[in-house]
Amino acid sequence: MTDRIEKSIAIAAPVERVWRALTDHEEFGAWFRVRLEGPFVLGETSRGRISHSGYEHLRWEAVVVAMEKPRLFAFTWHPYAVDADKDYSDEPPTRVEFRLEPAGKGTTLFVTESGFDSLPPGRRDEALRMNKRGWDAQVGNVKAHAER
Amino acid sequence: MPSVEAAAPLFAALADPTRLALLERLADGEPRPIVVLAAGSRLTRQAVSKHLAVLRGAGLVARWPAGRESLYALRPERLAEARAWLDDVAAQWDDALARLKAHVES
Repeated sequence: MTDRIEKSIAIAAPVERVWRALTDHEEFGAWFRVRLEGPFVLGETSRGRISHSGYEHLRWEAVVVAMEKPRLFAFTWHPYAVDADKDYSDEPPTRVEFRLEPAGKGTTLFVTESGFDSLPPGRRDEALRMNKRGWDAQVGNVKAHAER
Repeated sequence: MPSVEAAAPLFAALADPTRLALLERLADGEPRPIVVLAAGSRLTRQAVSKHLAVLRGAGLVARWPAGRESLYALRPERLAEARAWLDDVAAQWDDALARLKAHVES
């Protein structure tokens, strides 16, 4: 086990297109399957609800910590906050980073989620495993969305 | 230790060969989608989904969204509760044996 999850994917769309798929809150919501209340703003908390059917009870909350157009978008959140009755706000959050690099006419997208070592021992391994699988699926969804 | 009322649904959820097999497949801690959990069994995805719903109802399995997919993972803390309950029953039996021993040897 390590402290981080690292994924990368080649997307056949220009950096500007991928940037929009990631940072426009409605486009982000379309592939991530979350209904966000408003646009992503640096330094502010983004709120919403998961829109995947069966998960409407799950809240989405993340703090935008980097918005460096068109290369770096990052937020922090509480990973795998699975217990609806539990308050995760005392836990240190993990950081999710999207880095975009031009590759010919397309883009290489790097997704990194780090900070798992700071999670409580009972949560760390489960959150890391879950989000590892989760990002596997989600980078495929960004690609499909941006290439559409 | 969980109360009898809390332990009963846990054991009811465990009392099925398909559900035990699903827990075994999730025992390594890796989350898996239904399609993987249904692979190699004779059950349809719908049937597997129903069994997973029972396990989720008992808190033994968690479901988490990943884009279009759902991932299922074991919740080891709930399984630990079942074990704690069995351990406690076993400990009481040990106590009873100790009392019997003390009684017959006195």
